[in-house]
Amino acid sequence: MKYDVIIIGGGPAGLTAAVYARRSGKSVLLLEAKSCGGQIINTPDIENYPVEMHISGYDFATRLTEQARALGAEIVLEKATDLRLNGSEKTVTTAKNAYEGRSVIIATGSAARKLGLENEDALVGRGVSYCATCDGNFFRKKKVAVVGGGNTALEDALYLADLADTVYLIHRRDAFRGEDATLARLKARENVRIIYNSTVTALRADKRLRSIEVTNKDGSVAELEINGLFVAVGRIPENRNFAAAVDLDEAGYAVAGENCRTRTPGVFVAGDNRTKDVRQLVTAAADGAVAATEAVKYLNETR
Amino acid sequence: MAVVKVTADTFEAEVLNSEKTVIADFNADWCGPCRMLAPILESVSETMDDVKFVSVNIDDEAELAEEYDIVSIPCLIVFKDGEEADRSVGLVSADEIAGLADV
Repeated sequence: MKYDVIIIGGGPAGLTAAVYARRSGKSVLLLEAKSCGGQIINTPDIENYPVEMHISGYDFATRLTEQARALGAEIVLEKATDLRLNGSEKTVTTAKNAYEGRSVIIATGSAARKLGLENEDALVGRGVSYCATCDGNFFRKKKVAVVGGGNTALEDALYLADLADTVYLIHRRDAFRGEDATLARLKARENVRIIYNSTVTALRADKRLRSIEVTNKDGSVAELEINGLFVAVGRIPENRNFAAAVDLDEAGYAVAGENCRTRTPGVFVAGDNRTKDVRQLVTAAADGAVAATEAVKYLNETR
Repeated sequence: MAVVKVTADTFEAEVLNSEKTVIADFNADWCGPCRMLAPILESVSETMDDVKFVSVNIDDEAELAEEYDIVSIPCLIVFKDGEEADRSVGLVSADEIAGLADV
């Protein structure tokens, strides 16, 4: 069967797109690699989404998934690995299947950027983490380091300062991109040590992370004994598999304006993997609504 | 087979002395990805009769979490003959869970 809309990615953008497309009477296939919800499931407390004073990321994701499913979206747990175009035909392939669609919405979101150190992957869950609010609790009264210079790094360091014995904040430049107010709060903490102009150049471990090598721009090298390393050096949009259909900017984001249209008619992009200024839950959901509406318009025009 | 909840009291019998390969899911109620993973594990457990699936709540079983050096959850540890053979951290797909059991 050929679907009216194939949505790649089951986060808030993709699920919202499914809701809108189904309410417009279009057949919808949503492909999700792991489990619906996306990045928001890591957030314990959502307090900035309209109407809800407080909801957990898990509950938000579960309810949105139920909504999409109840409206008739077909949700399949397979990772989309390719999008092929043949005229106006669009084929999305996974490891197991190929699906035909008349339009496609790419809502794949982003993943944490890694440091790129040799044994980094092997140490995930053994001291290396990309989520301070998820794993911070395991480092009570321990020594930890945060790497990064943006808001996430500053907020992670502040969060960890309440739990850990010592927090090193390591930044490759001499000034932070993150907010001044957060930085000021951080500097007021006695257990936070900021290390400027430095990068983490090696991870030393036995069964788990024991220390890190920190190299300063001036060439000096220091060894820091820590139990946990929290990496907050940005995110990478998950657009690699779809470069044949959409333009990517230097950072890998799919180029599209607020109407979510890409250079390929009938292919839309929604959520964190799109070029945009504000990446929030509510803007992801908004993208889903816009992309689905544009897809429906495209379908009605080309029918 | 369903996922069996284990405690410090039952861990040795259910996991370490198990003749089957065991996949132990270390999790917590407050962890969103853990709650997402639970139904996936449950459905995989129904399709893999040669693997036993157990669940360890790290808040209730802090000693087990300490003993196995859990510093990130959800954490799946594969036990063969009472020894850790592999572990994975974070939300994983049904296929990835099946792949873990093959080590």
